[in-house]
Amino acid sequence: MRKQRGLSIFVLLVFAFLCLPLLIITVTAFGEQPSIQFPIEGFTFQWFKKVFEISSFVDSFFLSLQISSLATLLALAVGIPAAYALARYKLPKTAWLKSFFLSPTVIPGVVVGYALFQFVVVQLQLPIFQGLLLGHFLISLPYVIRVVGSSLEQLDFSIEEVAWTLGCTKPLAFIKVVLPNITSGIFASFMLAFINSFNNIPVSQFLSGPGVATLPTTLMSYIEYNYDPTVSALSVLLMLGTIILMYLIEKTLGLASVA
Amino acid sequence: MSFVDLEDIRVSYDGKNNILKDLNLSIEKGELVSLLGPSGCGKTTTLRVIAGLIEPNDGAFSVDGANLTKVPVHKRNFGMVFQSYALFPHLTIKENVGFGLKLRKESKETIHKKVMEMLEVTGLADYADRYPKQLSGGQRQRVALARALVIEPKLLLLDEPLSNLDAKLRINMRLEIKKIQQRLGITSVFVTHDQEECFSISDKVAVMNQGVIEQFDTPEVIYNHPKTEFVARFIGFENFFDLTLVDDHTYAAGDGSLFKTAHTWETTQKVGTIRPEDITILSKQSGPAVNTIPGTVKVRTFLGKSYQYEVETPIGKLLVQDSDETTYTSGDEVSLYISEEKLILV
Repeated sequence: MRKQRGLSIFVLLVFAFLCLPLLIITVTAFGEQPSIQFPIEGFTFQWFKKVFEISSFVDSFFLSLQISSLATLLALAVGIPAAYALARYKLPKTAWLKSFFLSPTVIPGVVVGYALFQFVVVQLQLPIFQGLLLGHFLISLPYVIRVVGSSLEQLDFSIEEVAWTLGCTKPLAFIKVVLPNITSGIFASFMLAFINSFNNIPVSQFLSGPGVATLPTTLMSYIEYNYDPTVSALSVLLMLGTIILMYLIEKTLGLASVA
Repeated sequence: MSFVDLEDIRVSYDGKNNILKDLNLSIEKGELVSLLGPSGCGKTTTLRVIAGLIEPNDGAFSVDGANLTKVPVHKRNFGMVFQSYALFPHLTIKENVGFGLKLRKESKETIHKKVMEMLEVTGLADYADRYPKQLSGGQRQRVALARALVIEPKLLLLDEPLSNLDAKLRINMRLEIKKIQQRLGITSVFVTHDQEECFSISDKVAVMNQGVIEQFDTPEVIYNHPKTEFVARFIGFENFFDLTLVDDHTYAAGDGSLFKTAHTWETTQKVGTIRPEDITILSKQSGPAVNTIPGTVKVRTFLGKSYQYEVETPIGKLLVQDSDETTYTSGDEVSLYISEEKLILV
């Protein structure tokens, strides 16, 4: 019993350690002073108002939303079939292919960003939006392949074969039998890939151009010149957004099935 | 021409090693045929060729006179039951069973009627709206069977359907499968590695080894007259000794002792074999002179209703099962009587 109490104290400490920075940021968003301070003096909502007054924040938020959702959807469109092929068929060099698909996660973001910059901007001379989209698609793909892949590996593919014997063509069996049983994996990978893409700095930094920047890069350059609680307020709003998203997923799917 | 015909089927995954070699099998309408053999003998591959899940490299497969070798699996209209049951986890029992009918674009009423009928037959009517994970293993197996049967398939294919069930349930289920199969008169192919299960359920058994059918016959014939040493070993024959023909129905073993046999054998059949329970163990120097061999008991094992003896004889070590009240202990000199009727040559 005593041992368990020790454990729960430890868990509580870890929890506090993880939450403390978030708590501090949240508190600082309401301070009246023009720079981020803790503890705060006074109480105001003005920084939240300011977030919406700075047009670069609003613009880049919508750009980020666009880039991240499009990139993640693209990654799903490419990643689900790829994960299926890797899990279902004994392809030559399956292990090699798997590590290849996961490679963007082990290479430092700056390197990926720079490589993409060289290729996408310098060589292909793609417009900034398309370049960003391509970059974010590439960093999202590994999440899809890995997470969808692991839920496919737990799937008994004889359900697919049974569907064939009952009269399903192969594409129809995939839609009617395989997809419904990996929805949790698809949702989880979408969430992971989306959040990762939405928060990404190194790749966006290299691929952004004049007037076109994602929210994190805009935030970065804002912090370089300003140190007011607008940053905290924006962070609080993003946290709220994530919490609402998580809550909705929990309600519809159950977080346990996602994780 | 039989109802189902497999002709010279060859399957090879790498082009060098054949999983199936020139396999021929004919099944009559309404028969339940088992494919029996150890794992890796090709029985599941044969079933998958029939189902259309594997396309053979060579050979032809036909049902009811129609060549189906190149017909894709979804157009064959065969019902298949898998070892893992393979129920759709996201659908209720009713939806699972109705899956095939829905694909056939039948009306809602027809589907409901047929599904409920089939659930009635398989004793699952009360579970129609549950999900597979809420059911026990035996119930899931029945759902899988119902789902395969409701499409009124030309063939029913069963891939080790009972091996995930516990022993008692397995016996009930095989009886149930047999009953349903006979009631519907559906031609069926049943894959198993369990000889007891296979003998109890089948009209005919194909014993397979390394991609070929070693023997194809009724369970009784296979049980009593295995044709090859492999078949004999697989169905419980333990004792093997070389014999040479000396006279009509009389053979000599390596040490010169003579054995008479009640049956007629091919000249190629030179190995004598007998089940442990068919050997009679007697005290020394009793019993007839022919078909009797002296020996020394080495090991005695208690099996419950009988004892098993390992007996050292001039023709080699023989295993004997005996339920007599007289028991022998290690070191005892005994005589073993091998009856003319039970001695088999392979």
